[in-house]
Amino acid sequence: MTALRKLAPRQALLEVSGVSKSYGGQVGCVDVSFAIYPGEVLGVVGESGSGKSTLLACLSGRLAPDAGAIVYDMNDRGPVDILSLSEPERRRLARTDWGIVHQNPRDGLRMDVSAGGNIGERPMAIGARHYGNLRTEAQDWLEKVEIDLARTDDKPRTFSGGMQQRLQIARNLVTKPRLVFMDEPTGGLDVSVQARLLDLLRGLVRELGIAAIIVTHDLAVVRLLADRLMVMQRGRVIEQGLTDQVLDDPHHPYTQLLASSVLQV
Amino acid sequence: MKRASTRPAQGYNFAYLDEQTKRIIRRTLLKALSIPGHQVPFGGREMPLAYGWGTGGIQVTASIIGPEDTLKVIDQGADDTTNAVSIRRFFEIVTGVATTERAEEANIIQTRHRIPETPLQEGQIIVYQVPQPEPLRKIEPRETETRKMHSYAEYGAMQVALYEDIARFGYIAKTYDYPTLVNARHLMSPSPIPKFDNPKMESSPAIQLFGAGREKRIYAVPPYTSVRSLDFDDHPFEVQKWEQCCALCGSTTSYLDEVITDDNGGHMFVCSDTDFCNTRQREQAQAGEADDSAPPTALAATEIPS
Amino acid sequence: MPARMNTSDIRLHARGLSKTFVLHTQGGVHIPVFDGIELKVASGECVCLHGPSGAGKSTLLRSLYANYKPDAGEIRVRHDGTMIDLLMVEPWEVVEIRRRTIGYVSQFLRVIPRVPTLDIVAEPAIVNGVASGEAHAAARTLLSRLRIPERLWSLAPATFSGGEQQRVNIARGFIVDYPVLLLDEPTASLDAANRQTVIELINEAKARGTAIFGIFHDEEVREAVADRLFEVGKQPLRKTRLSATAAEAAARCQPLLLRPVTTSITRRQRNTR
Ligand SMILES: Nc1ncnc2c1ncn2[C@@H]1O[C@H](COP(=O)(O)OP(=O)(O)OP(=O)(O)O)[C@@H](O)[C@H]1O
Ligand SMILES: [Mg+2]
Ligand SMILES: [Zn+2]
Repeated sequence: MTALRKLAPRQALLEVSGVSKSYGGQVGCVDVSFAIYPGEVLGVVGESGSGKSTLLACLSGRLAPDAGAIVYDMNDRGPVDILSLSEPERRRLARTDWGIVHQNPRDGLRMDVSAGGNIGERPMAIGARHYGNLRTEAQDWLEKVEIDLARTDDKPRTFSGGMQQRLQIARNLVTKPRLVFMDEPTGGLDVSVQARLLDLLRGLVRELGIAAIIVTHDLAVVRLLADRLMVMQRGRVIEQGLTDQVLDDPHHPYTQLLASSVLQV
Repeated sequence: MKRASTRPAQGYNFAYLDEQTKRIIRRTLLKALSIPGHQVPFGGREMPLAYGWGTGGIQVTASIIGPEDTLKVIDQGADDTTNAVSIRRFFEIVTGVATTERAEEANIIQTRHRIPETPLQEGQIIVYQVPQPEPLRKIEPRETETRKMHSYAEYGAMQVALYEDIARFGYIAKTYDYPTLVNARHLMSPSPIPKFDNPKMESSPAIQLFGAGREKRIYAVPPYTSVRSLDFDDHPFEVQKWEQCCALCGSTTSYLDEVITDDNGGHMFVCSDTDFCNTRQREQAQAGEADDSAPPTALAATEIPS
Repeated sequence: MPARMNTSDIRLHARGLSKTFVLHTQGGVHIPVFDGIELKVASGECVCLHGPSGAGKSTLLRSLYANYKPDAGEIRVRHDGTMIDLLMVEPWEVVEIRRRTIGYVSQFLRVIPRVPTLDIVAEPAIVNGVASGEAHAAARTLLSRLRIPERLWSLAPATFSGGEQQRVNIARGFIVDYPVLLLDEPTASLDAANRQTVIELINEAKARGTAIFGIFHDEEVREAVADRLFEVGKQPLRKTRLSATAAEAAARCQPLLLRPVTTSITRRQRNTR
């Protein structure tokens, strides 16, 4: 019989090994390891307090872990441990090659700046200086996230929660990041608005080939968006694999409970 | 030029501040000059004036002034407004130095809100009074964050503020305290001067020092340093223009103030730089005496309301 | 039935495949489904997974798609000319193999809300690099053949009847010419005419060389497409290992939750006897 082989090896976009973070005696996350490849969407689920947001903050360089390595395949330099980057390098990475969509749009938008200005900030930060082009680009994105162009010059405080979240997505994706971190992107939205947002996110992520890490406690969200799923409990990853595998054939008692409680809804 | 009639007042050190304090401020100034546009914190002293009346500028001037210097003080371009007069008198009392209204005679010019129309020269120092040294403050209220934005030259947000202007008004509506990039590195507030004056900062032969008393910050631009006003490729930086010329001296190149002349809506435009305007009027009068055919300016004799 | 198995052109070969469900939420009850299964399928061949309800046919089919995780064994699949063990590779590689090599038509359609039927059907072709126009044309052809009225194409299938949803599912599975195709009761709720269309689709795929594992309850369909049967539930099974407490717990919830499980266990025990 033909020799078995693996597919051609690929460079992971983000490779996380042994990441731990505790707050005093409180456990944040413990010994988390995984890799994510270009274009992959990874869901992270778990009950509240299970360490999801802590992990996300560590991965996106906003929080220094106590232990572990986070290696990112940088566009110009290849794989680099982001903890070895200087702060300005990390901040630059965060506003060019990464996107961060916050649970609360207030944390991710400038509420006093128009929708167009919010979208234009990242391009301007990396040197775009043509007003006409900036505006055209902003409006392209407003169209993509289904916000009426008549609202281009309105401030996000006058937007609904769903619109604010879509604006946050546009503001992040405008620089075509290769990796987007999302913390409960549909939290606080009502179900129909959620569905629309998810549909939109899914389309954009596929269209642009963006890799994403999505933290949520909503299994419907990961079912729709994530190729892979990581289940966390008390700071540890207790089960991970393809999303449909983990949800349809869960092995860990906690995952089984999680999966069955969804079926009952 | 006017030599102070009295010797420096008794009971004060020369220029009011003690030598130790002046040395500290001068050291701060040297640091500021070596990192053009970078705000350096300093331990501001209490001055015999309330904050908001130029205490930052006064401390800078007090630290650099020597008995041989000649000082000019202007407020919104004028030498004769209450603030300019009181600051000038303060230095006359505490230093006994010569003062002048002529920009080209002064080697130290302390100013609020204007740069003289007469081009500055090598050897001159201009000291700006600054109420808010942080150009990013309106956009980012957190000091820790603005400090990082400067350290890492993250100035996209400032550009966003200008974008917002164009989106709202169709042009960059900001007319004073217009943000500049110094030495292609640091974002700097030029203090609340009209943007008309921004080009005068670019590669100026003079030393430019900025003092913010309440915020306790000093920054500086050494001579011949690039000071570029932020803009967009398709909305380039532009200075104010007037259809009128100065009603007093006929200047078409100076910054004009609109002055109300009566209660019936009467108004006129005159140079905001009184020294510049007066000098031109004097020259025109002299030329007129020499040559009767010179056109008299209509309002040359009118009293200017201050 | 014609047995035209060509051993040199094996597309999928599973060996030593075992699967036991452990239900932690129900007292840790063990449900052994199969143990040490070996099965293979060659190009152009259709193997029918056969056996009584609860025998584990769907579990086996889902395992071959790596939707369920077998406890032991290997699933070698020919991907890009090489045999690759589906159980050994990284998740992204599974995604890749599913995209290009293994198609799966599940019993029920599970899709993204709000997406129009035509786009749902075209999607697998598009993610395989087919131009959108071409993919949509192919989707139209399939939907027409499966008698989905054109007025429904622009609607999301959420409100469709069971049979309509199943036909959308079939169209989605046949739009890409997968080397291996897994079909779970594709004709279960179809009328005679549509059943006939599905038979045609399967036979056309076989003629192109597709290797198929299918579950067909319908005798007529089975006769028309299957080259051989693979009996599920006839394999030797490990003893069920129910700990004392687990058994107790299982007994306690039996009326509510465990009835189907227990019946299938008894049935299988009967089978093995
Ligand atoms: N996800 C699951 N978790 C736990 N047990 C499962 C799961 N899926 C199937 N089972 C169990 O595995 C056994 C085999 O079920 P399966 O659905 O594979 O049977 P089947 O042969 O397809 O039956 P049918 O002909 O009725 O469709 C059953 O006891 C079933 O309850
Ligand atoms: Mg079944
Ligand atoms: Zn004048």
